[in-house]
Amino acid sequence: MSTTAADIPASSRVHYLNVNYGIKSWLLTTDHKRIALLYLASITLMFFVGGAFAVLMRIHLISPQGTLVQPETYNKLFTMHGVIMIFFFLIPSIPAVLGNFLVPMMIGARDLAFPRINLLSWYLYIIGAAISMYAILAGGVDTGWTFYTPYSTTYSNTYVIPTILGAFVAGFSSILTGLNFIVTIHKMRAPGLTWFRMPLFLWAMYATSIIMILGTPVVAITLSLVAIERVLHVGIFDPALGGDPLLFQHLFWFYSHPAVYIMILPGMGVVSEVITCFSRKRIFGYTFVAFSSLAIAVLGFLVWGHHMFVTGQSIYAGLIFSVLSFMVAIPSAIKVFNWTATLYKGSISYSAPMLYAFGFIGLFTMGGLTGLFLASLATDVHLNGTYFIVAHFHYIMVGGAVMAYLGGIHFWWPKITGRLYPDTWARFAALVIFIGFNLTFFPQFMLGYLGMPRRYAVYPDEFQVLNVMSSAGASILGVGYLIPLIYLIWSMRYGPVASANPWGAKGLEWETPSPPPTENFEETPRVTRGAYAYAGEEDAHD
Amino acid sequence: MMLLQGVPIHPEQGSTIAKDVDALHFFLTGITLFFTALIFAIILYFAVKYRRRSEAEQPTATKTFLSLELAWTLVPTLLCAIVFTWSSSLYFRNSRPPRASLEVFVIGKQWMWHLQHPEGPREINALHVPVGVPVKLTMTSEDVIHDFYVPAFRIKKDVLPGRYSSIWFQATKVGSYHFFCAQYCGAEHSMMIGWVEVMTPTDYEAWLAGGTKGESMAQSGERLFTQFGCATCHVPENTGKCPSLVGLFGKPVKLRDGRTLIADEAYIRQAIVQPNSMPLPGYAPVMPSFQGQINEEQVLQLIAYIKSLASQEKTQGK
Repeated sequence: MSTTAADIPASSRVHYLNVNYGIKSWLLTTDHKRIALLYLASITLMFFVGGAFAVLMRIHLISPQGTLVQPETYNKLFTMHGVIMIFFFLIPSIPAVLGNFLVPMMIGARDLAFPRINLLSWYLYIIGAAISMYAILAGGVDTGWTFYTPYSTTYSNTYVIPTILGAFVAGFSSILTGLNFIVTIHKMRAPGLTWFRMPLFLWAMYATSIIMILGTPVVAITLSLVAIERVLHVGIFDPALGGDPLLFQHLFWFYSHPAVYIMILPGMGVVSEVITCFSRKRIFGYTFVAFSSLAIAVLGFLVWGHHMFVTGQSIYAGLIFSVLSFMVAIPSAIKVFNWTATLYKGSISYSAPMLYAFGFIGLFTMGGLTGLFLASLATDVHLNGTYFIVAHFHYIMVGGAVMAYLGGIHFWWPKITGRLYPDTWARFAALVIFIGFNLTFFPQFMLGYLGMPRRYAVYPDEFQVLNVMSSAGASILGVGYLIPLIYLIWSMRYGPVASANPWGAKGLEWETPSPPPTENFEETPRVTRGAYAYAGEEDAHD
Repeated sequence: MMLLQGVPIHPEQGSTIAKDVDALHFFLTGITLFFTALIFAIILYFAVKYRRRSEAEQPTATKTFLSLELAWTLVPTLLCAIVFTWSSSLYFRNSRPPRASLEVFVIGKQWMWHLQHPEGPREINALHVPVGVPVKLTMTSEDVIHDFYVPAFRIKKDVLPGRYSSIWFQATKVGSYHFFCAQYCGAEHSMMIGWVEVMTPTDYEAWLAGGTKGESMAQSGERLFTQFGCATCHVPENTGKCPSLVGLFGKPVKLRDGRTLIADEAYIRQAIVQPNSMPLPGYAPVMPSFQGQINEEQVLQLIAYIKSLASQEKTQGK
């Protein structure tokens, strides 16, 4: 422990939260920790807006004829649910909140490399979100979050342009965040913090940032082309204007498949931190876990064609995309096995973050394995475009990414706020979310296999039983998400004061007081050993 | 679980490939259940066995075993290789329609399916086919991307504007099977559904005869050929002004830019809609474009007519 300030109670100490007050001190801050909190507030709002659309959908689908809205409105609900959850919640979630807070702290730096650009990222995000919110309030959009052409360019009569403009602007936010992280990790590591001494969360952030800066410009270009065709009628995608409708899908998935890894890789990083802390073990197979993140980031760019097996893409292209998609499964499997092996002979505590991490591993395993059905050509033909896909990606993005995000929020909450939350409630909520999630999405695997297409506002009677089950599960899941919202907000004021390191975790962020001072560390820390030096051993990794 | 009693294990197996696809599906389900159960069981076992018994507990470090890392890299790799090989060979086998397939033409438009049999009968949101005979669907869209999906047959293919896609199946059981639009296409996407009616061959013949009130597709095409003025130039005797269309279908055609294309459905469609995109050597590019003046159904009928000219030539040649 290099700090002495840790022992002074937070109330009588100056830290990043009480260093100054007032709205301006937040809106003009360049402190990465405050920007992280700005993001936390904004993406939480977006999560519950997107979630509200999901609730309406699940209520609507209780009856085959639909109980709530007209098909036109239903189409807008699933579109806006997707747009909000993907562009304004999942993509920024772990990187912009936890990454922002932790990247400088984990490397022993005072801030990110470009603090002002970091603030600019948040403003771009807010502008993007505001434009998309305008699109919703003005009347909504009905293209699906995938904006497939020529429907989006020629046929849809809804607010396509504002929606894609919102996603376009928010894209620059993630490009700048990625750039900031890469430079920071390269240039600002504390003395002694070599690449292979870094916590795996940093490796995950690094891999994610690479995808952000390489992939996001492509979706920006693609969305611009949609706007150009829609407004100026330049034939790019619509065959009636001489365009190619499948060109859009190639460009869109070239970003949007890697975007899935923007959502899941950070979650994997969080899980590596949580599992080690609550089993008091060094991660099993550090280098394998670290390099599997990079392997996923690289392979992720080469598999977009598996979204297009039934478009009439050449069968030979299909074959290559299929084999590459199977290859992504391997680094993912390596991670799961290494996390599990980390528990071996550990000292395992069932704190709330650990329960989320267990949930993540289980649900990610199911999400990953059901991905094999879709990498495989013959089965994908039947399952593509059905509820099987919906279930699969929710297991990855909600069962995986959101579980990890909540686990991370619970893990670092004492550090971020200086307060503890009620652990019993937190464990109860983790359990409710796990059960509610499975009840919601497991029936959808069966629905998809039985042939129910996704994006159906009304459906044949034979699919009703499973839809009712899914809706019932969603009501439990919804309650599960509200519980943490309540006790976390409560804890900010009334929670017991947290010590510098309430979990007995390793890592530089735990060696400074909770909440940390604005400059993070009183003096630049020196690193003499690898990450996860639990078990009292020195120089763990070579 | 009582609730699930009415829910089948798998969708109806109504085509020759359904059982094969299901076998692979169940194999993958087995892998999924096995590994999920394995991971859950190990986590649970470790979590109980190595639970923290005192706050001061300090476990010793475990060394990373290279052999273990290799094992859990190689086993998934091997399993993936098996599934890939199995799945791809099945997909390859299923992707080519048998030569002697019955042909039906499908046009998707917001928000209904138009189908036409070469003999003439037209259907909306229904497809009548005989059992035990391979059927090839040639499909295109009048507007946005649709997707023709018959769960019971385990077949699905996007239906795209501006091009033809095809798909085939051979039904194994008489009955009615749902078909769906499986690519989101706008407001009434979820109502763009219909039934495949699989009939005995005798019933099918009777249905076909009952539905053939007017002309066959080729006859409709011949009528359109005159109506659109094609017949003024494209006369059977090669006058030098326009290429003759007799015997054209299925033959290679050399374009002015040196490309050689096969005169298939896509070629003929392109030649009608955007003739200037494929100039022929020896002919002035005088043909007007019919884009926007002719619908996809009419294009298909013209193609049927041009096809019939090809077989006329064969008969004449004999």
